[in-house]
Amino acid sequence: MTGFRLKSGGAIDRGKPLSFSFDGRMLRGFTGDTLASALLASGQRLVARSFKYHRPRGIMGAGVEEASALVTVGKGAHTTPNTLASTEELVDGLDAYSQHCWPSLRFDLGAINQLFARLFSAGFYYKTFMGPGKRPKSWLFYEHFIRRAAGLGVASREPDPDHYESREAFCDVLVIGAGPAGIEAARVAAEAGLDVFLAERDFLLGGALLHESQPIEDTDARDWLSARERSLRAAPNVRILGHTTAFGLYDNGVAGLVERLQPGASARERFWVVRAKRIVIAAGALERPLVFGNNDRPGVMLASALRAYANRWAVAAGRRVLIATNNDSAYAAAHDLARAGIATTLIDARENLPASLLHKSKEAGVELRLACVPLRTIGRCARAVEIGTADGGGVETIQCDAVGMSGGWSPTQHLLSQRGVKPIWNETLAAFLPGATGEPIRCAGAAAGTWRSEDCARSGRAAGAEAARALGRRAPDEEFPGPGGWEAPIRPWVFGGIKGKAFVDLQNDVTLDDVRQACAEGYDAPELLKRYTTLGMATDQGRTSAVNALAVIAEARAKPLDAIGTTTFRPPFVPVSIGALAGAERDQHLLPTRRSPMHDALVAQGARMLETGLWLRPWFYPQGEETVDESYLREMRLVREAVGICDVSTLGKIAVQGPDAGELLDRVYVNAFKSLTVGRARYGVMLRDDGIVMDDGTSWRIGEHEYFMTTTTANAGKVMAWLEELLETRWPDLRVAVTSVTDQWAGASVAGPLARDLLQALVKDVDFTNEAFSFMGVREGSFDGVHCRIARISFSGELAYEIYVPADYGQALWRVLLEGAKSRGGGTYGLEALGALRVEKGHVGGPELDGRATLDDLGLGRLASTKKPFIGSALRMRPDLQRKDRAQIVGLMPVTTGETFKGGSILCAAGDESGHGLGWVTSVTESPSLGQWIGLGFVKGGLADWEGRTLLADDPIRGRRTLVKVVAPHFLDPEGKRLHG
Amino acid sequence: MLRINCPFCGERDHSEFTYGGDATVTYPALDAPTEAWFEAVYVRSNPKGPHRERWQHSDGCRLWLIVERDTVTHAITRVEPSRAVLSELIK
Repeated sequence: MTGFRLKSGGAIDRGKPLSFSFDGRMLRGFTGDTLASALLASGQRLVARSFKYHRPRGIMGAGVEEASALVTVGKGAHTTPNTLASTEELVDGLDAYSQHCWPSLRFDLGAINQLFARLFSAGFYYKTFMGPGKRPKSWLFYEHFIRRAAGLGVASREPDPDHYESREAFCDVLVIGAGPAGIEAARVAAEAGLDVFLAERDFLLGGALLHESQPIEDTDARDWLSARERSLRAAPNVRILGHTTAFGLYDNGVAGLVERLQPGASARERFWVVRAKRIVIAAGALERPLVFGNNDRPGVMLASALRAYANRWAVAAGRRVLIATNNDSAYAAAHDLARAGIATTLIDARENLPASLLHKSKEAGVELRLACVPLRTIGRCARAVEIGTADGGGVETIQCDAVGMSGGWSPTQHLLSQRGVKPIWNETLAAFLPGATGEPIRCAGAAAGTWRSEDCARSGRAAGAEAARALGRRAPDEEFPGPGGWEAPIRPWVFGGIKGKAFVDLQNDVTLDDVRQACAEGYDAPELLKRYTTLGMATDQGRTSAVNALAVIAEARAKPLDAIGTTTFRPPFVPVSIGALAGAERDQHLLPTRRSPMHDALVAQGARMLETGLWLRPWFYPQGEETVDESYLREMRLVREAVGICDVSTLGKIAVQGPDAGELLDRVYVNAFKSLTVGRARYGVMLRDDGIVMDDGTSWRIGEHEYFMTTTTANAGKVMAWLEELLETRWPDLRVAVTSVTDQWAGASVAGPLARDLLQALVKDVDFTNEAFSFMGVREGSFDGVHCRIARISFSGELAYEIYVPADYGQALWRVLLEGAKSRGGGTYGLEALGALRVEKGHVGGPELDGRATLDDLGLGRLASTKKPFIGSALRMRPDLQRKDRAQIVGLMPVTTGETFKGGSILCAAGDESGHGLGWVTSVTESPSLGQWIGLGFVKGGLADWEGRTLLADDPIRGRRTLVKVVAPHFLDPEGKRLHG
Repeated sequence: MLRINCPFCGERDHSEFTYGGDATVTYPALDAPTEAWFEAVYVRSNPKGPHRERWQHSDGCRLWLIVERDTVTHAITRVEPSRAVLSELIK
């Protein structure tokens, strides 16, 4: 016989039935059920297959300690694998599926792995496929098959259609867990006037009180609970979040919480970042399984889970129950089951017990056997248990249809461990208790090893009062009760006489023999054992297995348990979906999109936009069905033959103002700027401290004390922060202010032989003649009454100007420039043409300024001033940066006109394609002016060694090999006639 | 997550700030010899315990701060403006 619903009792609403499905079978439960309680009540024992051996598994826990009953909830894109049946609140229409089985849960082919269990013992993969004597390729060959069989659950490959939210919160006290300790901590802190945040994993408040049959502080547990819950909910300074798990504690009182929302809510999950002045961890304790043969069979459960199912959900796991224990806590479970009319046998590893326990058991009708331990269960789903004495004698078989076990309790130390606090082993309680921490974090209740409910409540009050006093409030005096609370001491770790597979880690299928074998092979430290056997990995992170494993190691090494060491728990305490962490920051909401002031005008004109960093920039302007290549070549011709306009508003712009503005620029640029006359601009290069090129751009002298600096689009933020850093941390004496004005100015480049003609027609108060406005000149003027700044600078090698207007006039400027360009046979050009024009001219750009190149590598060495020091001037002289055989910039051209090559290709000496080659190709374009493909690249020794010689541009990824000739990187008009014309 | 108490804006998440390296380093004059610059750019002590470091409140006031942080516990004991003038000003 299997589980069934008791006739009465439980915190379920029998008036509100719910239907759900498991593996397609329709089942029923009640409001207040979890998926696990409803499955148990429906008589479903077999719920899952185990991870490695595909052994049949059932429900073993009633909360977050569940290690076996992992199911998949939902289907299609809504699939959530590895959901604990015991924490999943039952809702109408829930679809749940078993995992790790094919073709079905009842008949699973993977169970054949059980026959090969010897092979799968500790370190199987390492020994079989890797290490000395193994062919190195064997793992590579087998890995594919092993990976397919491995893994916990299967995630959907479709995009997640659900919504997620994130919230930021602040509070005085964050209380984690709403059992008796958490509730009292919250109450006392709230009554002292603090802002309290109470988070509870369960959908009901109460923790262990939800299944408590005994009174607490002379009051019925449910009355005690509901009175306090009412007043907490009424308090304006208390926020209560149910269904919310604190999964991580971080520095300076920051906690990560994940809240599960009800179906139909605004989101599926909500991620909370709570910043608390003090934290009370009242997360309770987790019961440990006993280690004995076949302790993983469906029907074998934790004793506290049997009790919780009976008392809170009115579900009996069987009609004849055997409970095995080594401590007092299982007595309450046995008594409650017997009182509910279930035939209950309790076996206790201990011999001498106080009369009170014996008497209560007798009164409740429990059959009690002392000095007895379970040896193994019998049956695919447990139908009998072989018991015996601790040394394996006196074997006897007892028939039953459910088994409870209690191997002691482990206070939930995970959050504290995440803070780097080492727990302290308490031999008397066989439990790790919280270690000391300098942070304002306090464990209370069972999380501090306090077992009795009343003591937990006291412990919570003490923690609440402590928090209140620490934050300057008055609070009643209450002392923390000591740990413990049992009448007789626990007798842990009886590993004698065990038969068959005894699981230490149920979720990862690690047995007692595996742990012993690993110890015998020398993997006997917790961190080593974890990696060798996988014990304590996977979703439960060793919640129920860690302490038992340490005990086995301690036995194997014949040392006390606290000499073994522990592993450190890391966040998250429970699996957190990526969706919850991402919140709304997905797709277009991940990062802001920056648009230039010209954006709408560009789009209206048909520009194809390209994402570059955060910016949307015009890539090309197709006419009709033009491809990008057709379009950019046409746009280049417009610039070379008439006039082209290009939006350059995205360039970084910094106002550098003050008496020492020139001094600042002299220090950060390799070339001189103090000597620049007002009304002139200069191209400058900045280095980093280490002598590598950081950025380039032009700076314009607007006035005696004012420069207008431009940077590349990509490095605008970096350069701004760099100038701020220098001024504040190194040169606070410089009288200069820097202000980012990137967003204040809209700018366009006007380039081509007709550029002067176009601008002169537009800006009438500036004389554009070559004599009045020479190359690198700067003028201020106006068009239609709008103030503008113009510099004669060129990136394309043509006669060109950059014109800036206040950002709000950007579109107006664009419209008149466009009209002017069109009427002169010109037009617009985009990024693709811009890049191609600068390659023709041999100007360096982003692909060349890659954070590795020196001034000399870029052919810009002659820019460096010898009259003044500058940032990077010392370290750029290091011998390695001055080597003649460094990779230096060169121009490249296919030997056979008409052939193409690509950026990213490796440059090799033809015939020697081994190793890393001699250099690489950075930028390539088709050049309409030259009638062939050209490119820039770096090659060891540069032009000095390679000019006129041939290299192979090898592109093994895209399968292209092109012989290229090395030429000077100025393909067009090297004398600059166009520029100065 | 660290919480940094910016003297100008108040206590904020460290995600509003940008780390700017070791504040105990004094950069030499620009014309100092290569060895002095090598020392300043590359040589760092790796102290266990209190350490002074530079942070910029990049998503706030953008001022540079000196944060005294314990490298073991991450406890922040002092935050002050990098510019001495500003320290005087807010006293």
